[in-house]
Amino acid sequence: MRSGSPKTFPQGGVHPHDSKLSADKPLSMLPLPKTVAILLSQHIGAPAVPLVKAGDFVKTGQLIARAEGFVSANIHASVTGNVKKIDPVKDVTGYKRPAVILDVQEDEWAGGIDRGLDLKKDIPGREDIIAKIAAAGIVGLGGAAFPSHVKLSPPKDKPMEFLLINGVECEPYLTADHRLMVEKSEEVVTGVRILLKGLGIDQACIGIEENKPDAIDILAAAARDYPGIRVEPLKVCYPQGGERQLVKALTGREIPPPPKGLPSDVGCAVFNVGTVFAVYEAVQKNKPLIERVVTVTGPAIQNPSNFWVRVGTPFHELIKAAGGLPDKTGKIIAGGPMMGRALDSTDIPVTKGTSGLLVLPEDQAKRELVENCIRCAKCVFACPLGLEPYLLMALVERNQLDRAFGERVLSCCECSCCSFVCPSHRPLLDYIRLGKANVFKKLKEQKQK
Amino acid sequence: MTIVFTIVTLSVLGILSAVILYAVAQKFKVQGDPRVDQVEAALPLANCGGCGYAGCRNFAEACVAAEDLTDLYCPVGGQACMDAVADILGKKVSQKDPLIAVIRCQGSYAHRAKTSLYDSAPACSIAASLYGGDTGCAYGCLGLGDCVKACKFQAIFMNPDTGLPEVIDDKCTACGACVKACPRFIIELRRRGPKNRRIFVSCINQDKGPVAKKSCAVACIGCGLCVKACPFEAITLKNNLAYIDHEKCRLCRKCAPVCPTHAIVEMNLPELKAASEPAGVKSSA
Repeated sequence: MRSGSPKTFPQGGVHPHDSKLSADKPLSMLPLPKTVAILLSQHIGAPAVPLVKAGDFVKTGQLIARAEGFVSANIHASVTGNVKKIDPVKDVTGYKRPAVILDVQEDEWAGGIDRGLDLKKDIPGREDIIAKIAAAGIVGLGGAAFPSHVKLSPPKDKPMEFLLINGVECEPYLTADHRLMVEKSEEVVTGVRILLKGLGIDQACIGIEENKPDAIDILAAAARDYPGIRVEPLKVCYPQGGERQLVKALTGREIPPPPKGLPSDVGCAVFNVGTVFAVYEAVQKNKPLIERVVTVTGPAIQNPSNFWVRVGTPFHELIKAAGGLPDKTGKIIAGGPMMGRALDSTDIPVTKGTSGLLVLPEDQAKRELVENCIRCAKCVFACPLGLEPYLLMALVERNQLDRAFGERVLSCCECSCCSFVCPSHRPLLDYIRLGKANVFKKLKEQKQK
Repeated sequence: MTIVFTIVTLSVLGILSAVILYAVAQKFKVQGDPRVDQVEAALPLANCGGCGYAGCRNFAEACVAAEDLTDLYCPVGGQACMDAVADILGKKVSQKDPLIAVIRCQGSYAHRAKTSLYDSAPACSIAASLYGGDTGCAYGCLGLGDCVKACKFQAIFMNPDTGLPEVIDDKCTACGACVKACPRFIIELRRRGPKNRRIFVSCINQDKGPVAKKSCAVACIGCGLCVKACPFEAITLKNNLAYIDHEKCRLCRKCAPVCPTHAIVEMNLPELKAASEPAGVKSSA
């Protein structure tokens, strides 16, 4: 299975140092915090509607907010305790959003949840699978947090062919998916079988970057009995784990350009390894999505770790468990160094989409002096989507949104390869992101007219 | 010999072309409305876009085409300019009070503690897209000067002592460019009272009182004392934030003294305490 040169996407990409400090740190439980703040909007789509009020007692795993509409997700209590209040809490975007705040007591799990560690291989029927995944509030754990039951119900005119599992984890530092693949390989493979049945297809491919040979071997061994499931080593190149890049690398197919193109247009469904494990727990163990693996890492962090963390735990608890905040910390980033968001507070709670917490020292965190564009075209070569970042930035700076739209600003996947390679340290992605937002706003206005 | 031939040929060609062009121009002449030129001449020609049209010429065309001028207004020229336009066109014009931009944030360095350091591109629009800002208040001014860049009349400047923009009363034309440029919607066009006098709530923080107060010393805490004090029902309280309706406000000055956080600002009014302070910004007790 592991022969020939590894597959990859054809265009662009960069090679940051992978810095996987916590790759050999086994998954461990983070102690329960004193309070948790569970955001009502942890997914793409409409925020969930709270079902509890201040003073209510909730058990771990109990439904506390119901999905509002089809593209939305249920939210469950991640701890046992009393609802203190429902109040706006700052999230990773730096703005306040409504959240259910719970005072934590001793764990008492809601009925019907199987907490045993035994492997359950018998899979229920398709309807059951989708219903259970929707009930458990499973969303994509790779970062975008797209509700999973929506992906399992593709439109009828788009037949599915391939299930692609994203075990690439191309972001430097992050090791959450890596540890999950190594330690929970049987569960992951069962999860893949569940998703295959849910989609009504029989071809699955798990893509893993070559720098994780242990994960490739273990998963290949676990999948040996299932001929439909293939493990594919991929070349180490950022952003190999981007949805478009992964589909292209594994199937050779090109997703139509945004804002409309989706993997389902080319017969693919892409799920993250973390999501697959959550699907396994939801379907086989009736366990809602209330905890996830979060990597806590950084060059100066004392014990880089991979924790099982309950949703809603404040970030400072994670840093404390990893040995505390080092001196001369410059930035704390939720996610990886390439696409993560710098935080302005450590009280922000973990959500379903939080994959890591990166603590960078001052000398690595500071932005270099911005200089003029020298037209070296490094950003053009680095862009995996064939865009011209230097041009897009200039257009957005001058507010020429129509031209920026023509230059496909909406195609940008925000991988930040352009900002990474720019020798003049220009904030290319910051401007492109602003341009995307403004173009979307303009298109919406035009539609209303 | 060749040179003579060339000159003759080119001259003949030139004269011929001129005749053709003249004939075509006469035949297909477009009769422009001379009033458009007259109206345009009466406009300030700032081409700022404050009227909603791309430039003064477009606005003049719209004026000529319109039935009456009630929906058209040039904020830069003001009432005098619109009256002149109405005279030229013989159309009715509505009376509008002149407006001025006000900045509804007093979160200066002294009033609002920094909670983080911002080091990305120096533009408010980028900062607002990245996070809630470098202070505890996710509503207030980001202080990176998008409004200053947007102003075509040099009517806004950044005060280096406070880190906040300030409007120069006499230069502001109320074109609204800064209102559109501010990603936080802090700037509002309000009625320019007699002698540029105006009273407004200089805060847009919608957090609950204690939270707002914690992040900024001069935040509106939504206590409602001003609502009770106002004899003209001009003040409303919504989302923990007081708002003074500038159409109803009669500058009676009952509200500002009762505000416990000094979030209500009186501008250019004969100051009861310190008359010389230009912006009427009071330091908190």
